[in-house]
Amino acid sequence: MTNNQKLNLFLLVLALLAPSVLYPVFLAKVLCFALFACAFNLLLGFVGLLSFGHAAFLGTGGYITGHLMINSGLTPELAILTGTAAGAALGALFGKLAVKREGIYFAMVTLALAQLVFFIYLQAPFTNGEDGMQGVPRGEAFGLIDLSDNLTMYYFVLAIFVFGYWVINRTVHSPFGQILKAIRDNEDRATSLGYDVNRYKWIAFVISAALAALAGSTKTLVFQLASLTDVHWHMSGEVILMTLVGGVGTIFGPVIGAGFIVTMQNYLSGGELGNYIHIIMGVVFVICVLSFRSGIVGQLMKFKRDNFS
Amino acid sequence: MFDINLFALFGQLLVGLINGSFYALLSLGLAIIFGLLKIINFAQGALYMLGAFIAFLALKYMGINYWAALIIVPVCVGLVGILMERFLIRPIANEDHLYSLLLTFGLALIIQGAFTHMFGSSGLSYAIPEELKGGNRLPFMYLPNYRAWIIIASVAVCFGTWYMIEKTKLGAYLRAGTENPQLMQAFGINVPLIVTLTFGFGVALAGFAGVMAAPVYSVSPDMGSNILIVVFAIVVIGGMGSIGGAILTGLGMGVVEGLTKYFYPEASTTVIFLVMVIVLLLKPAGLFGKEA
Repeated sequence: MTNNQKLNLFLLVLALLAPSVLYPVFLAKVLCFALFACAFNLLLGFVGLLSFGHAAFLGTGGYITGHLMINSGLTPELAILTGTAAGAALGALFGKLAVKREGIYFAMVTLALAQLVFFIYLQAPFTNGEDGMQGVPRGEAFGLIDLSDNLTMYYFVLAIFVFGYWVINRTVHSPFGQILKAIRDNEDRATSLGYDVNRYKWIAFVISAALAALAGSTKTLVFQLASLTDVHWHMSGEVILMTLVGGVGTIFGPVIGAGFIVTMQNYLSGGELGNYIHIIMGVVFVICVLSFRSGIVGQLMKFKRDNFS
Repeated sequence: MFDINLFALFGQLLVGLINGSFYALLSLGLAIIFGLLKIINFAQGALYMLGAFIAFLALKYMGINYWAALIIVPVCVGLVGILMERFLIRPIANEDHLYSLLLTFGLALIIQGAFTHMFGSSGLSYAIPEELKGGNRLPFMYLPNYRAWIIIASVAVCFGTWYMIEKTKLGAYLRAGTENPQLMQAFGINVPLIVTLTFGFGVALAGFAGVMAAPVYSVSPDMGSNILIVVFAIVVIGGMGSIGGAILTGLGMGVVEGLTKYFYPEASTTVIFLVMVIVLLLKPAGLFGKEA
């Protein structure tokens, strides 16, 4: 067992025990956003592409899953699977268009496409517009496990998260992932080595979109709600912030970042500072960009490198 | 389709031209800043909103009228921009440009959040100046004076900016700085100063647009973010290769939006994004883009 595997096992045990001290719905929320941020980071951290439109995938997963849970007899895992597939399909379309442009243009194209999706959901009748889809039933996973209990729901979410995290881990450490990193570090060289750069970017985009939709689908079940908040550009900004705080380009960073931001939001929205939440998020953004670019996990890794090796 | 109501059609065209004027002013500011700094200023929308609010507050508490605001507000907003560039953006100028984008995004959140906190999210109204009230009945439409003024003033400012950049010595410095800042510095020209002033000017255009917008749109904290994303799509459509291109695309897309409002209103919020998709498919570099 390598050190990394030991660490992962330790974290898994921690996640299994966590509900004994913390509220399961809160933990499930953290895991959903952690998966969302990990999916986003696959693009930013390992391909160097800044997507400003990931809310579109989170929201699509959520709406499709919610719609199916309300209107069809599908079991939750099948509804989630369909939501994920819908996110992947949308990602395939977005990706085809967005990889035509680089850097800042990539960010603007994804933002604009996500806004297009936002307006479509705003007008489409099945989303209930501003009110959102409320009272989504959680159903019984595989027709056996009743998810209405919050603790059961949490372990269901944990299983999904572990699966998503594993997919990302495998992707990053595969030969495919090596090519992605080569593209990130020097795109021209990757091209000159004969790789079809845009194709690799596109595949990474689809994987990232699918996992973001998986997170959105799961989140809808947890909160029994799918709303426009999840497709709004603020959400695309939030996931960037989570990744940035945790550490861009580290596999575990986005998880820490998501935990940090979700905790902060929960804490603030209860108190009188709730009105300042966007200002505080903006300040955290500015501080991170100005003087904390490697994020929490990035800093820890640097500290470990400097002192223990 | 055949019984076209000319009155309504021209009405929507006018609305389109007005929206287009704001698109043009904002994308022009973005293009100028992008030329020298290679960053997209995400706070451009927030600064446009700031401009509208300064005009509103100046009138309410200090009695500064619209005409004075047209001069004072862009200067104030430009100063805010200069401070932003000097103390926040410059320290990370050598990092990946995506970081500057994220920095301006954070600043936009702060500015928008602060105004939402202070004024709530409902809109405030700003009276049309006395001199521009009323309007003229043309053969095919009614043209309110203030709306005509928006189009004339915006086109004049856009053209003036284009002329300054393309035809004057100052503009030549700017263009040289875009091409090769190191070489220009070697010739003894203070490039960092030019960068700061350019940023200030690009941002001042947003402030100017904000004052112009105050009497026609309601002054509200999210007025900037809504328009900015549309402007981003317009920038992608036009490409940022040319100043003239930014202006023409802005006006043109406003007209496209206006026509859509007449012929198929359901699509009016999405049409510009759809045009962006088509342009990306057919001419990925944008209509006026230079890159491959």
